[in-house]
Amino acid sequence: MIKIWSMKKNEDAAARRKPKTSAAQIRVQKDLTELDLPPTMKTHFPDPTDLLNFTLTITPDEGMYMGGAFVFSFAINNNYPHEPPKVKCTHTIYHPNVDLEGNVCLNILREDWKPVLNLNSVMVGLQYLFLEPNADDPLNKEAAEELRKNREQFLYNVKSAMRGGVIKGTHYDKVAVQ
Amino acid sequence: MNGSSSSSGDWHDRYYHVDQILDRPGPRTDPSFLAGDEVKDFLRNKCKILVIGAGGLGCEILANLALSGFKDIHVIDMDTIDISNLNRQFLFRQKDVGQPKAIVAAEFIMNRVPGVKVTPYYGKIQDKDDDYYLQFNLVICGLDSVEARRWINATLVNLVDPENPESLKPLIDGGTEGFKGQARVILPTVSSCYECSLDMLNKPTAFPICTIANTPRLPEHCIEWASVLEWPKVHGDKKLDTDDPEHIGWLYSMALARAKEFKIEGVTWSLTQGVVKNIIPAIASTNAIIAASCCNEAFKIATSSAAYLNNYFMLIGTDAVYSYTFEHERRAECPVCGGESLDITISKEWTVDRLIEMLVEKQDIQIKKPSLASGAKHIYFQAPPQLEEATRPNLEKKVSDLIPDGGEITVTASSLPFSLSLRINYS
Repeated sequence: MIKIWSMKKNEDAAARRKPKTSAAQIRVQKDLTELDLPPTMKTHFPDPTDLLNFTLTITPDEGMYMGGAFVFSFAINNNYPHEPPKVKCTHTIYHPNVDLEGNVCLNILREDWKPVLNLNSVMVGLQYLFLEPNADDPLNKEAAEELRKNREQFLYNVKSAMRGGVIKGTHYDKVAVQ
Repeated sequence: MNGSSSSSGDWHDRYYHVDQILDRPGPRTDPSFLAGDEVKDFLRNKCKILVIGAGGLGCEILANLALSGFKDIHVIDMDTIDISNLNRQFLFRQKDVGQPKAIVAAEFIMNRVPGVKVTPYYGKIQDKDDDYYLQFNLVICGLDSVEARRWINATLVNLVDPENPESLKPLIDGGTEGFKGQARVILPTVSSCYECSLDMLNKPTAFPICTIANTPRLPEHCIEWASVLEWPKVHGDKKLDTDDPEHIGWLYSMALARAKEFKIEGVTWSLTQGVVKNIIPAIASTNAIIAASCCNEAFKIATSSAAYLNNYFMLIGTDAVYSYTFEHERRAECPVCGGESLDITISKEWTVDRLIEMLVEKQDIQIKKPSLASGAKHIYFQAPPQLEEATRPNLEKKVSDLIPDGGEITVTASSLPFSLSLRINYS
């Protein structure tokens, strides 16, 4: 058997065993404790000892979605950051890039995810969707079409959906904050 | 096979060819090489090797090891044999379909190669503890999952104990994807580990969700639509089981209908299964080459008979037979084998707050806003506000009430490349 140990002898004698924390866990600890969120975004941990499952509430202070509180669930698995976090909108909302099941069309959550990205980038990306809804990547086709054709009507629909209204037969959840 | 096997299973000239290498030193043998009986005795009677995975690579690896003289082989695999395995996983026959791979493979090798003991474990690598992994001299992996590789890599790195040279287990990792493959030698804490090279991985193919929802152009888009969007819509919280033919059948019929609607051709049952399970066709010859390379390294490391791979061999067989060997370097900010570690001695009376103050002020560390945890226990988090609040009461507590003597604390901070591992001793 080769004598590997001799190769270690130059190393710092303090080299040692590390705590039994997975790389994903440490990475999530790092991402979360370095979060620098604006007052418009808040995280909530239903179980504060579980860093891998939490929600993010976005309350835009400008743009068409001002006045609403939008909640997203985050589920991170042990293959993070090789795999992106799974993010879903927990309410039925009227938004061109979010479908009625809560799926979100944000490139960095799927095809453009890279391990160098972090939770902060995902959260900033989500907030951006509310400031600049994008009619070119539609998940809610009707909303996207309205945004493209008639901005006034779209804005009206957004406000009415946020109050829990019905648009073209679809009932939206009330997300307007008092 | 000639002659009858003796008690040890060896007969005259059984290892004639292998002994050509072990009986005399060559130009590239390690100075510690002990030609002759001693090295043979180690290889054949003392060396205990673990094979992880008894699939495409694992079958090749087990056969190679047994035939080159390893006699105490253990194998772990959590899978059972599927009929589609039989074209390349040559230790299995049609009658074995449904049986555990590890058990059938072990029996086959023991029947075929006298004197070799193969101990199977049908289950997950995560079922086993440190003591189990400590019993081996070497570990060879023939896995198909990134997650399992990351786990065994981190486990073997954590196993290294500076007080005990035997705790360093060389890890030989083989992997194949179609005509491409790699073999690498990882000396935990000495050379680049699996986590160091995580950014070299191809990311799994993913299509923009708006494309699959609105403008499908490929059969894959239709299949993704069925699995990502329609499955949760129709089945709610029921989890999609990619090994359940009924589930695959449902996805297939949904995808087929959608493909028809958009006039897309090419949705088949096997493509559906391939897309949802992320299957890349396995090529028997790629497995054979990579397994041979892995076992060659295992033999060289176990015997010191020649220089071993330093440390990454890649094979690209897509257009021609191309290979390249290079030294992958350790990453200082690797979350598994990198990062700083520090021994500190503090008074038993120190509070967590005092410890943090020390970390911030200490000239050689100078960490801004450190967050502290020990295993799954959160000690103090700077953010987000809810967790800061939840951990704030700990600031007043004594460190010695939270961490035992010699215990570890993982420190993260934006000013650190990754994390700092602190070992706390009390004066």
